[in-house]
Amino acid sequence: MSLLSVKKLRLKYGEQTIIKDASFALEPGDFACVVGANGSGKSTLIKGILGLIKPASGAIEFGEGLDQTKIGYLPQDTRPDANFPATVEEIVLSGCLGHMKMRPFYCHHEKKHAMESLAMLGIENLAKHSFANLSGGQRQKVLLARSLSATKKLLILDEPSNNLDYKSRKDFYKTLAKLNKDQHLAIIMITHDLDADDLIGNKVIALENGTATIAKTEDYLEKYK
Amino acid sequence: MIEMFQYAFMQRALIVGLCVAICAALVGVSLVLRKNSMIGDGLSHTAFSAFALATVLGLAPLYVALPVVVIASFFVLRLSQSKKVHGDAAIAVLSASSLAIGTFAISVSKGVNIDLNSYLFGSILSASWTDVIMSIVLAIIVVGLYLFAYHRIFAITFDEEFAKSVGVKTGIYDAIFAAICSCTIVLGMRLLGSLLISSLIIFPTLTAMRLAKNFKGVVFASVLISIIAFLIGLASSYMLATPTGATVVLVNLTVFILATILKKLK
Repeated sequence: MSLLSVKKLRLKYGEQTIIKDASFALEPGDFACVVGANGSGKSTLIKGILGLIKPASGAIEFGEGLDQTKIGYLPQDTRPDANFPATVEEIVLSGCLGHMKMRPFYCHHEKKHAMESLAMLGIENLAKHSFANLSGGQRQKVLLARSLSATKKLLILDEPSNNLDYKSRKDFYKTLAKLNKDQHLAIIMITHDLDADDLIGNKVIALENGTATIAKTEDYLEKYK
Repeated sequence: MIEMFQYAFMQRALIVGLCVAICAALVGVSLVLRKNSMIGDGLSHTAFSAFALATVLGLAPLYVALPVVVIASFFVLRLSQSKKVHGDAAIAVLSASSLAIGTFAISVSKGVNIDLNSYLFGSILSASWTDVIMSIVLAIIVVGLYLFAYHRIFAITFDEEFAKSVGVKTGIYDAIFAAICSCTIVLGMRLLGSLLISSLIIFPTLTAMRLAKNFKGVVFASVLISIIAFLIGLASSYMLATPTGATVVLVNLTVFILATILKKLK
């Protein structure tokens, strides 16, 4: 069974149908970039996969050991108040909430897992730092570490390079590629840019007129570039 | 100073004030950090109109105000998160309308003796034993809930969408939060009145944010500051014969200014 199977998915906002038909499957270790024009429904599609929007029809099936609460999500709009009082550790630990069920406190294993997520990105030294005092690139890594605390199988990132400068963006992509390769982590990433440099995955999910189609990155580039 | 607590009304004021100070500080952390500070103001004005209408109609004010404010807070919280509506404008409309309804009801009523001042500025020294019991129950519920849901409250406050994605039932937490927020405001009106209660919600968190760098620190500091400011305010008002509510707010303001100066000096 695939890690993620999306079958004839239809998603609506009120009466308006945003996604008419999305059908694709992802295997462990796949890295899919979601592309499409503004308003084509990229964010809607991933919110559907995450269960934040209820499907009008169709099905989303997960492979063994994965469900909607065990996906590592990096939202597009996470621009916390610069004065928000939180340490990196507090934020990264919150990624473990999906494993807690009704338990009120984090267990030793979850605390260890959060520290491992920081170590995976080489930022364990920032654990006690205030989130507000970090640079844009560091903040994005912290939020990625939070997503890693939530999952061992699938990351979903909504335009993660939006607020990053060129160098930070390259650095961030390098980190994602390493996670994908070393941890065999499947990744779905919405990207706004259609440069070949930004299509860093092995697959592309293209959204056009409410329909999602999946292709290998080289085939997609061959067809559209 | 201890002698002031030989009076039963001062003992009741102390217990009610401490309970409300703790609850207001805890509720305030979430409201301020989610940029919903003005909700406290809107709801306290709603409570004022509910109190006034209930008194005019000859009903028990507390039993009318509580459900009215719970319903109002639920809608206001939903409204403030809606991207389609200007939440701040909605709260401003609610505040002004509620004050107008309350004042209008009082002015047209005949033969009803209403102390408008106590609704607007509080009268903690007239707290009853029922108020004491309700305050203690509320404080136990709020503190218990905060301990049980602390990590989820942090996640929702920091990034609601992520919290939803990892399975936190944000709708349920919002509903519970709306309820405890309302109870705190309705009971807090005894202490500070509808015009000043929102300051007890906002000041301790703002001050705590100047002293602590993490969420846990802000929560603890906020509660501590709220308690200390209340105790100083109560004692000062007794010794200076000033209104308790206004004195507590002024102490909170002083502590906030001192914390701001301290932060600048660091």
